[in-house]
Amino acid sequence: MAESKHPDAAAIPWWRRPKPRSYMFQAAVVAATFYALYVLTSNIIANLRERSIKTSFDFLNETATFAIPLNFFPFWDFTLGESVYWDVFIIGIQNTMLVMLLGIPSATILGLVLGVTRLSPNFLLRNIALGFVEIFRNTPLLLQLLFWHFAFFPPIYNSLPAVRESILMGGAVFNSAGIYLPSPVLTSAAGWALAATLLLAATGIWWLRRYSHLRRMATGHGLPVFSYGLGILVAALAVFAWIFSDQITVDLPAKRGLNYSGGMRPTKEIISLWFGLTIYTAVYISENVRGGILSVSPGQSEAGMALGLGRIMRMKLVVLPQALRVIIPPTISQYLNLTKNSSLAVAVGYPDITNIWLGIALNQTGQALIIVFMTIVVYETINALTSLATNLYNRSVQIKER
Amino acid sequence: MNNKILIAAVAASMALAGVASAQSIDTIQGRGELICGVSGGLAGFSAPDDSGRMQGVDADYCYGLAAALLGPNARVRFVNLTAKERFEALASGEVDVLSRNTTHTLTRDASLGLNFTYYNFIDGQAFLVYKKLGVKSALELDGARICVQSGTTTEANMADYFRTNNMSYEQIAYDTSPDTTQGFENNYCDALSSDTSQLASIRSELANPSDAVILPEVISKEPLGPVVRQGDDEYFNLAKWVLFAMLNAEELGITKGNVDQHRADSGADPAIKRLVGTEGGMCKLISDKLDDACLYNVIKTVGNYGESYEKHVGANTPLGIAREGTPNALWSKGGLLYAPPLR
Repeated sequence: MAESKHPDAAAIPWWRRPKPRSYMFQAAVVAATFYALYVLTSNIIANLRERSIKTSFDFLNETATFAIPLNFFPFWDFTLGESVYWDVFIIGIQNTMLVMLLGIPSATILGLVLGVTRLSPNFLLRNIALGFVEIFRNTPLLLQLLFWHFAFFPPIYNSLPAVRESILMGGAVFNSAGIYLPSPVLTSAAGWALAATLLLAATGIWWLRRYSHLRRMATGHGLPVFSYGLGILVAALAVFAWIFSDQITVDLPAKRGLNYSGGMRPTKEIISLWFGLTIYTAVYISENVRGGILSVSPGQSEAGMALGLGRIMRMKLVVLPQALRVIIPPTISQYLNLTKNSSLAVAVGYPDITNIWLGIALNQTGQALIIVFMTIVVYETINALTSLATNLYNRSVQIKER
Repeated sequence: MNNKILIAAVAASMALAGVASAQSIDTIQGRGELICGVSGGLAGFSAPDDSGRMQGVDADYCYGLAAALLGPNARVRFVNLTAKERFEALASGEVDVLSRNTTHTLTRDASLGLNFTYYNFIDGQAFLVYKKLGVKSALELDGARICVQSGTTTEANMADYFRTNNMSYEQIAYDTSPDTTQGFENNYCDALSSDTSQLASIRSELANPSDAVILPEVISKEPLGPVVRQGDDEYFNLAKWVLFAMLNAEELGITKGNVDQHRADSGADPAIKRLVGTEGGMCKLISDKLDDACLYNVIKTVGNYGESYEKHVGANTPLGIAREGTPNALWSKGGLLYAPPLR
């Protein structure tokens, strides 16, 4: 009477069996994707030809016909008349990443401070923080950048003496055109040695922390990790400087023509951009921080109080570790936004990739397709790596369920 | 704006915009209006007046071209483009013609799929500095910080000039002309570099114009003129001859005021008759889709080149660029503007 729910497998035609079916669909999707790519590519080629627009990667090895201002600690230098478009591309990436690497830590710290301050029991502090957040969260970034660059900073710079009456101080030069600092110059061997030294010191500090933690677990007493760590770093650098002293020279700023050059210099453009991006991103992060802290039940903080922990220790040991789970995911988005927002750099004349590559190089060469594509790849890569790194960190602070 | 570049580039490459080549005249006549790409914010070349009507020598060219295609005082839709956007906008068919003080160079001519018609303003690049800097010549600008507008030929000319003279400089590039001026006013740079006509307009807008001076050296050739897409020769010929007609009209003494008189005069000079369309069938030679009076319509709408110049950039305008003795005078008066004979 009861009919079998599982009919004989052999009786089902092969195209209705799950496995062949899934293979068939996957093959169809792959074929459709390739076909779409083929249509896209052949369309591009045909249309470029029809419009007699010449596209080729050859321009990358042509000499770049414009100048790029030097920046704070250039990793890749630009020489007018020698550098090619490849160099422009790399300098663009370098400058974009520089602003990102400066902006993310400063925005995080300021955001944390603002977020905690907004929950402060002190009426004045709390409301100043509120006003600050509301002002900078409710106005567009471009407007803020223009404000900092063209209204806020110029009176400060212009209060410094003119170039001819520059203030000279221990090799550093201050004048209304900018701030010039002496910069250390390393031979490449010394450069690698410095990197190795720093890596060694970092490993030492990591071991120190681990040892301190184990010792605290065993005896109840840890070590002053911060001061010992600082000691390790200073000692390592001292040893490095002693060994390589003959390979380190100092580049001093010197007057050339109308202005000083040489040394290293935080340009006015990077200061405005960094300032603007930091504040704009920090107010968003502060809201994440506030939300995260409020998500931790007040009972947790009260329990910490019952254990005799002070306000700061309660925040550090009890509340923040739990709040981080809530804070980090939206904060990752803010880091990505900071990187993307740095493309507004052209408003303050900072030579980021959008300004010098997507802007100037595109116009000088006319290679729109290639340049736009390369720019997309750069932003995509930087942001994918940022999310990867922060996601890994996020995983480490989530609740471990064993 | 970066989105615009991207969209334009993608559209240009994928041809989703569906621009039919070799049919521009039909397209424009079917649409009943000309779409013209301009700067939109450069006094004397293309900037809206108090009533919102676009004015300037670049704008006049578009009114003229529209008149040739569609009849006197035909409709023109102006699209404001930045220096960066302009070529993609033209290549993708977003505009029918680009009349945006654009310099004619080999790279642009040969690799962007564009055709340059002729020149409606011949300019050259120079430097604007504050007098307090104490510089009298561009050769004293070694080590200077120089503000420029990004996406122009300015950057490349400057690099060549400083390399040739073995000087160093630092370029600070802004996106728009107002930002560049602000950078200059706020001491982010020692000098501002651009075409002389633009410097004159920027200087006139400074808080105190007499504090600043344009250095005497002109470091480049900047022949500025209208641009159309490659691949439609009939339309390209018309675009050229609209400008040539304005120049020929000036040579022949035909003005907006007396053009009707000349058209009515059966005993006029044959050269004049060919221009106003009463003899020779010049317009039909360019394209049989055009009216015989196409060049007459141009003059009727915007006048000859000299009238347009004096109205927008000449000595009696805020820009105050006297024409005599400059390359923008007619060839017969010692200038460089030389239109081929209309026959």
